[in-house]
Parts: sequence; C-alpha cells; structure tokens
Amino acid sequence: MLTIKNLHASVEGNEILKGIDLEVKAGEIHAIMGPNGSGKSTLASVLAGREEYEVTDGSVDFDGSDLLDMDPEDRAREGLFLAFQYPVEIPGVNTSYFLRTALNEKLDYQGKDKISAGAFLKLLREKMKLVQMDEKFLKRAVNEGFSGGEKKRNEILQMAVLEPKLAVLDETDSGLDIDALKIVANGVNTLRSKDNAVIVVTHYQRLLDYIVPDYVHVLYKGKIVKSGDKTLARELEKQGYDWLKEQEPAAANV
Amino acid sequence: MSTINDNKIWPLLNFETFEKQLNGQAESPLHDLRKKAIERFSEMGFPTMRKEAWRFTNISPVEQQSFKLDAGDVPVSLDEIKPFLLNENDPVQLVFVNGVFKPELSEIHVKDGIVVQNLGQAIKDDPERVLTYLKKNENVFDYEFSALNTAFMKEGAFIYIPKNVVFDKPIHLLYISRAKDTEIVSHPRNLIVAETNSQATIMESYAGWNNEVYFSNPVTDVVLGENAIVHHYKVQRESEKAYHIALQHIHQERSSHFASYSFSIGAAISRNDIHNVLDGEGCDSVLNGLYLAHDRQVVDTHSLIDHAQPHCNSREVYHGILDDKAKTVFSGKIHVRKDAQKTDAIQSNKNILLSEEATVDTQPQLEIFADDVRCTHGGTVGQIDNNGVFYLRSRGIGEIKARNIMIHAFAGEIFNEVKFDSVRELMDDLVLSHLEDGHLKHS
Repeated sequence: MLTIKNLHASVEGNEILKGIDLEVKAGEIHAIMGPNGSGKSTLASVLAGREEYEVTDGSVDFDGSDLLDMDPEDRAREGLFLAFQYPVEIPGVNTSYFLRTALNEKLDYQGKDKISAGAFLKLLREKMKLVQMDEKFLKRAVNEGFSGGEKKRNEILQMAVLEPKLAVLDETDSGLDIDALKIVANGVNTLRSKDNAVIVVTHYQRLLDYIVPDYVHVLYKGKIVKSGDKTLARELEKQGYDWLKEQEPAAANV
Repeated sequence: MSTINDNKIWPLLNFETFEKQLNGQAESPLHDLRKKAIERFSEMGFPTMRKEAWRFTNISPVEQQSFKLDAGDVPVSLDEIKPFLLNENDPVQLVFVNGVFKPELSEIHVKDGIVVQNLGQAIKDDPERVLTYLKKNENVFDYEFSALNTAFMKEGAFIYIPKNVVFDKPIHLLYISRAKDTEIVSHPRNLIVAETNSQATIMESYAGWNNEVYFSNPVTDVVLGENAIVHHYKVQRESEKAYHIALQHIHQERSSHFASYSFSIGAAISRNDIHNVLDGEGCDSVLNGLYLAHDRQVVDTHSLIDHAQPHCNSREVYHGILDDKAKTVFSGKIHVRKDAQKTDAIQSNKNILLSEEATVDTQPQLEIFADDVRCTHGGTVGQIDNNGVFYLRSRGIGEIKARNIMIHAFAGEIFNEVKFDSVRELMDDLVLSHLEDGHLKHS
C-alpha cells in the first residue's frame, strides 16, 4: 500500500529525514517510535503534504501513485489520513459542516453522488458513538475550545467518517488520560480491516497496549535504526532510548 | 473653498434648485434647519485630508464630480429590485429610487400605532414632532456630510414605535440608485424612534448597478427611549463606482439596548460614521461590522461611542477582508465621561489581507475621564491561517475551497448572531457570491 524509499526531507535547510525506507501492506499496523527530535512528526507531515517540508530525495508510492506529486487534498481523497498531533482550531466553521464538506469532496473525487444532509447526519451519529462524542460538538466550531482529549477524539471521528485506506496517527496519545486513550484506541481498532493500514507514531509504548502493532520501527536522527515486532516496544519502554546513543556510530553506518 | 463665491460648488447649486422645488414647504420650521445646515456646510466645505477625521481617506473625487439631484424618470420594476429584498412573508419595506420614495414598490403593513412612512409625509403631517426627535442628534453639524444631508432633508424613512409595542419583523428600507447617464446624488434621511419599552428591527440597504457612478449620502438618526430595544442592520452594496458616505447617530436613554450589524461590500469609496451616545444608566450597545474590499475600493469606518452615563456596556467588533489594492480605515473612539463610572467597553478590529498591496489603518482611541472603568481595545492585521487551510486540505477539501471556507468563517463571526434568518441569509449569500466570483482569492 505504502512504499517509502530512501526518503530525505528538510525544513528551512536542515535535513531531518536522512533516508527512510518503509513498506506498509494492507491490514498491517506499524508503530514508529523514537526520542524527541528524531523525525517522527516530520515523517507524518511529509506524508500528508505539509508545504514547509522539502523532500530532497527518495520516493513514496501510495497504491501505485507517486504520493509526493499529489496535493494534500488529493492525498486525502486517495485515502490517506493524518491525525494531527496538534489539531487546528477553526473558528466559525462548525464541525458538522466541515465533515460533510470533506466527505462530499471525497465522494465527488470518486465520481460518486454527494451524501444528503439527512443521510450524513445518520452516519455521523453512528460514528460519534464510536468515539463517545456528544452531539453538541457538531454545532461547535472545529476544535475551538475543545479540551486536548476532545480534539484527539475529533481526529478519530474524522477518520471514522472519511474511512481512509491508510491512517497516520501522529502522537495521538500524547497528553491523553487513560480513559481517553482507550476511547481513541477502541475507535482505531473498530475501524481496522484487512483492506486498510495504520501507522502509529508515538513516543510512548502505552498506546501500543491497546493498538497492537504488527511491526515496530525505531526512528533516530532521521533514520530507522531498528525494526521488530511488538516486543521491541516493550524493550524500548524498559530501556528508554539511551542505548541508541551508544549504538550511534553503528547506526550511522547502516 | 475659494471657489464658493465665484464658481459655486455643486451642493450649493443643488440647494438653489431644491429650494425652488419645495414650493409651500419652504416656510416650515424644518426649512430653517435646512438653511442653517447649508450655511454650516458651505462654511466647512468638503473635508480634506488635513482634517484628522479624514486623514486616511481622500474624498476629493466626490467634490470634483458634479452630482445632480434629479435623474429624470428612471423606471425601476419590482422584478429588478427582488435580489435586494428580504425573503420574508408579508414584508414591511420602504423602497426609494434615486432618493425618492416609491409607494408602488413599498409594503407597509403595521399596526398598534406603529408609523412607517416617508419622512416627507411625516414633515407635512407634523413638522414639530419630527423636529423634536431630530434634535436628539446634537452632533449633526459635527460632520460635513451630515450637515449636507440635513440641508436636503426630505425623503427617507420615518419610523415610530410607540411605548410598549413590540414589532418582531425587520422593517426594510431599500435605497436603489439607478443613475444611467446622470451622476446623481441622494441624501436619504432616516428617523427611527423607539419609545419606552418598545422593540423593533430596522434594516437599511443601499444598492445600485455596477459601473454606475452616483453618490449616496444617508443619515440615520435612531432615538431609543428607556428600556427600548432596537436591532439595526445595514447592507451597503452600492455600485463599485459609486460613493457612499453615511452617518448613523444613535441616542440611547436609560437601560436601552442597541445592536447594529453593518456590512459593506460595494462603492469605490465608502465612509461610515457611527456616533453612539449612551445617555442613560445601564445602556447596552453592540456595534458589529464586516467589510469586504477588493480592487481599489476604500472602506472607512469611524465610530465614536460616547459613554455619558454610568453602568453602560459597549461592544464593538469589526472584521475586514481585503484583496488587491483595497484600503480600509478603522478608527474607533471610546469616550468615557467623568461621571460614567463602571463603564465596560470592549473594541476589536481584525483584518485579513489577501494581497500584499492592500492596506489597513486601524486606530483605536480611548479618552477616559472616569476612574472606575474597564476599556479594552485591539486591532490586528494578518493573513489567512495557513495551518487552518492545511488542516482542511488534509481532509480532502480543495485549496481554493479551503481558503474560501476560512474567509467565510471569519466573515460569519460577525453576522452569525443575526436573529432574523432572512437578514443573515442575505448577508451570507453576499459573502458567498463574492467568494464564488473570485473577488477574494489571492494568497
């Protein structure tokens, strides 16, 4: 589904990603872990198409298309979804209108009929149960005045409505209490199928108790320095990231 | 100004014509006021940029044209004005074409002693009553153009809501200019009186056909009795070659509540002066405004909120969206008099620039002579929030649409609270069609 080869990216002239290789197949969950500043969020942003990041080398294939050649909106319409680390507040745009517009743009792109207001409301109510969000949120402006947990649940709600092929969760667990974490994880697990895939970007192992990954990758200084199964996450939790520094010379030669 | 005697400026020529046409009415007590007004205007002349209040706006194009009072018979049909009307069942509307009342286009269904009529008729019926309420506007000669308006005061709306009467539908005053080949001037004068405990909603619209050059110079006096509530909407959608210079004067008595939503989208140069006197304890005033400007449009808003009595609240929020080489001015003065303790005044002016060549001058001014007050103000100038645009795009919304959603939302913050669907939808449609036409699209 997603094939990243030798991906290099910089921001304001500083190279952050220094050659990432990653293959994600349908049905899989990949976790990307690593200390602060290792490039985790940069990878997520580059995939979503944030303009501040300049791709200097490498390629990303998304289901047969060159992802890097697509506008952010087309990436989304093709089925890529980024759950933001810091969801943006948009005053004056209500959540329901926003989600319906987004869904209709996707349907339109796929050559399908737009969804009626009635059918959309029914769909939305169903999806809101999944993330235990109160209906009052629909009339409020997108993320405006939402608590941290509400914002993250709103990201998962959007994901549930848009049903992406590939979801990238960028530190969706940061700052969440255990109840909110369970709600978010439950949402992701319910939406999981053999046809879609998830990349979980996280600093902590905790989320991976609830969203169990097939693969865990360790990102350090812009490169994946180690890959393994879910046991790697446990190991990291025990050891922390300090061992990476000892391995640094070796990692640099990978 | 030196040309006044030998080569009279057009307002003075117009006044001579106007007086001749008045016939018998030239003897009324109102006419003394008109004569005083033209004298005051000729003393003051057209304002220049040397005057503080006109520092940022060059109004000389208005002075240099030769505007006429009469365009001859220019028929305007109901179908032609439909796009400007409110979508209401049994609407109440007064329609004026080139400043002249058109009964055949108007609808007046009111009861409970409410008066909705042409000001000219009100002057004929009871000039003393009109004069009594006009005198509540003590500042009429502080403004050059409102003095000019007063000199030609005849057509406009007179609205009277008696004590304890509540009218729960917008009364729409529609001013259409259809200049064709004549560069016409109109001086609409609206007098709105809401007696004690009454409640009413007034909407003023100013509209014309694009590419037509004309000048609208309206003055609206609103007089609120004790505990009265008036909601006031204004939509300025003149031709983009027209000039629009307006004064709204609001005089509030004890515990009255005034809320105003002003929306400017048309005219080459538009100027709105708002003079709000809070002349009783416990008054509330809400002044909201939105202006959209593109091309080389100039939009100038000057407000003066005069906190003359204690325990009054004022809230003023203006949003501006500018593209191309548009220029806007916002000057908001809050004057708190010595006795006006416990004044609570909040003012904000936010602008979004869509082009690097657009300019904004925003200047809040606080003049506070009381010691126990809360006054805050702020002005911002910025771009569309690119994080917001990216967020929308990342959900599959196209770039242009994403930007339009952001602009629309910023505009909507001003009129989302408008109580009447018909008014809110009209404002919303205007913003949306402006966006769809691509008037506001640059990055």
